[in-house]
Amino acid sequence: MQLEITGLTKRFGSFTANDRIDLTIEPGEIHCLLGENGAGKSTLMNMLYGLLDPDEGEVLIDGKPTTFATPGDAIQAGIGMVHQHFMLVPVFTVAENVMLGREQTRGLGLLNRPAAAKLVRDLSDRYKLAVDPDALVQDLPVGVQQRVEILKALANNAEVLILDEPTAVLTPQEIDELMSIMDSLRESGTSIVFITHKLREVKEIGDRITVIRRGKVVGTTQPTASESQLAEMMVGRGVKLVVDKDPADAGDAVLEISHLTVIDGRGATVVKDVSLDVRAGEILVLAGVQGNGQTELIKAILGLMKPAAGQISLAGRNITKHGPRQRLDDGIGYIPEDRSHDGFIGSFSVQENLVLDRYQHDTFSRGLALDLAAMAANARDRIEEFDIRTQGPHSPVSSLSGGNQQKVVVARELSRPIKVLVASQPTRGVDVGSIEFIHQRIIGERDRGTAVLIVSTELDEVFALSDRIAVMYDGRVVGIVSPDIERDEIGLLMAGAERSNAKTPEDDSEEASTDA
Amino acid sequence: MPDQGQSDEGGPPPSGSTVTKDKPAGGHRRADNKMAGWLPSVTVTFASIALALLVGAVLILVSDREVIESFSYFFSYPWDAFRSSASAIGESYKALVTGSVGSGGAITATLERAAPLICAGLAVTLAFRAGLFNIGAQGQLVLGAICAGYVGFHYDLPPVAHVVAALAAGLAGGALWGGLVGLLKARTGAHEVITTIMLNYVGAALLTYLLTKESFQQPGSDNPRSEKVAADATFPELLGVHSGILLALLAAVGVWWLLERSTVGFELRAVGANADAGRTAGMSVAKVYTLAMIVAGLLAGLAGAQQVLGHQDSLTANFGGSIGFDAITVALLGRATPLGTVLAGLLFGALSTGGLAMQASAASTPLALTQVLQALIVLFVAAPALVKAVFRFRESDDGGAVMAKGWNS
Repeated sequence: MQLEITGLTKRFGSFTANDRIDLTIEPGEIHCLLGENGAGKSTLMNMLYGLLDPDEGEVLIDGKPTTFATPGDAIQAGIGMVHQHFMLVPVFTVAENVMLGREQTRGLGLLNRPAAAKLVRDLSDRYKLAVDPDALVQDLPVGVQQRVEILKALANNAEVLILDEPTAVLTPQEIDELMSIMDSLRESGTSIVFITHKLREVKEIGDRITVIRRGKVVGTTQPTASESQLAEMMVGRGVKLVVDKDPADAGDAVLEISHLTVIDGRGATVVKDVSLDVRAGEILVLAGVQGNGQTELIKAILGLMKPAAGQISLAGRNITKHGPRQRLDDGIGYIPEDRSHDGFIGSFSVQENLVLDRYQHDTFSRGLALDLAAMAANARDRIEEFDIRTQGPHSPVSSLSGGNQQKVVVARELSRPIKVLVASQPTRGVDVGSIEFIHQRIIGERDRGTAVLIVSTELDEVFALSDRIAVMYDGRVVGIVSPDIERDEIGLLMAGAERSNAKTPEDDSEEASTDA
Repeated sequence: MPDQGQSDEGGPPPSGSTVTKDKPAGGHRRADNKMAGWLPSVTVTFASIALALLVGAVLILVSDREVIESFSYFFSYPWDAFRSSASAIGESYKALVTGSVGSGGAITATLERAAPLICAGLAVTLAFRAGLFNIGAQGQLVLGAICAGYVGFHYDLPPVAHVVAALAAGLAGGALWGGLVGLLKARTGAHEVITTIMLNYVGAALLTYLLTKESFQQPGSDNPRSEKVAADATFPELLGVHSGILLALLAAVGVWWLLERSTVGFELRAVGANADAGRTAGMSVAKVYTLAMIVAGLLAGLAGAQQVLGHQDSLTANFGGSIGFDAITVALLGRATPLGTVLAGLLFGALSTGGLAMQASAASTPLALTQVLQALIVLFVAAPALVKAVFRFRESDDGGAVMAKGWNS
């Protein structure tokens, strides 16, 4: 099936989200749609899937004009979509989720579960998508849940599959698996529209690449284009993909974690006897596949989770017993891993979010009364300093793009005196331009003598920022290595390989000091 | 300190929940306060009121004997039917308006009805902004009235001191009942909807029980009715209106200042909109919940105190009517803002006094009609898609109807 879009336009009020988009998806190709957050990729796909009505333009299937009033029409026409946020019923099995909306019954309206399970098995054999049809969706890891979504689309005989930022939630291993699934789908003749803003993935799997910027098609190119060419098309100017950074001038240990053990609400030991030092003026990156205890370790450092054992010291003071507010006041700056979960308040204005953890200080309040003038002045300064693209200090943060939302969080945390910066996935879901900016600010903070602890699951970021790398696996720090380690080697550590194979800082001449 | 019952959620999120990340797609932004979805837009509010009056007009017609008769010979004298219809609707709504705001006496009655509605409405509004659904204004109000009333009729104090003491007792009683809910939520995670509903029953039962006690009955009587509060414990009158309305307006201004201009309100709104972000920013969610419910109880207590101290009244088993429940409607109609709550409270006050006049009018429309009107307004406000369809409003960005929402989901 050939899918063609001509002159598709969508306006929201005075804002043109899509401006005369032309796009052709040939049968059996992986067509990458590359663009920054807010460039209009999702709007385009929502029109294609019948979720939004185009204001102008046409969708042609095999040359015939077609309109989709609802997603049902789009599915009928052979278009399947895997949303960034999965549309699955967690308490249903895989087979039940796949048959949802198109249930087969045996007399008396009884569900024909065996048939559904068989369908799932057939499909997963044909496309090499290993899934257990009887598993409950809520018990499956994210990568497998995504496979269920793909199966759902395939069960509806989708010939064009739209994957909306499918890798945003996956671990490196799961991304590899997804890539091979996409490969086998392509071989069986299914076309894929792959929406992303990650250059590496586009080059790896794409057949053709269409770049969208500010609602317009900038151009279509081949995966042979270099990453910097693609980045420039996407952002509209030259982008430095490698961050400039001088060697670290590490001082004394500022954040000292010794023998920390954390047990979660379900009674599982998620952080096991972790000891780490983060020194002034260095960036220690905590690498590892998501879900290996990094989240809990960071929460324990912030005081959001109580450790079962161990001690946390900041600048020589034991802060294990301090609550979150006291720790923030002690000098911890914190950029959480999921900003919309606990990094900012979407309905609050930029101005309010910029003082979310400082409103009670003398700078921004007098007694019980907020000092609105001081808050406004602070907002003006931060918006300028951090180049936050907002309509004004009173716009709700939810109206900003992902990158600008993250800049609000970063601006807030870096604009108060801190001794240590703890940042979890500081550039997740952030566009290329903002990644560059945020990385520079983090390195700037290091050069000012702040101890920096970063959690990252993206190896690119790990190598871009780190002065030392600590690898976490299954709740333990399995190795502390220097950033000149090979990618493969760190991959092995992340997968839980024995530490003896990897280099440790003690072997490294650059690392003069050894920790007691 | 354990923040609250839910603090054990610190574990790794179930794999599925890590999906809710990153920038939401297209124009569909993720609202962090799920309860905010319950609040109507200003347009929808006014359209709902208009629509309710329209449906009310039909009800007036079918309940008017003369109109029904005139329709029986509609095809001979159609003019008759139109004339009688117009006069029935006109008479009724005219009576509704003049009965609520048409004269000094009417305005006084409206304001006195509105004052406790506003105070109790503020109790719901304030809690709502902290992310708590306070169904318990009724119970908090009853406790406030018990305490205010007892001080009012049992003690003998000098003039000004007496009313102040009675008022303070009322506030304290409400705050106690509200604070209990906050404390339970903060300490044990007990859901406030459940606890407030249950405490409503406890409050009502406590009142009934107390009214069987001698110290709460008039001397020489077995009736479940207390003594009247002492004259010097009642609110002074201003221009014929007891000063309760003044207190209500002061309370509204106070709540506005607290929410919008104070650090406490900043915390309260932050926790209400996104408790996780509040906790990460160092706020104590437990403290905020407790404080919000104490202040909410205080406001409901003020409503209760007004009911007994407004005039020289007795405490009876159903002195409070359904003010505490109407307050929920008032707060939602007022979009959980102090100003909106005041306006909605005045509207409901006017409807209930105007209803009496309507019954007495030439059309003798049943008093129940005003209750139907109130119910219709709320119904339409709760179904914005319906209102938008009737008035053909442009579809707003949130698209279609919002389906039922769970308390905690």
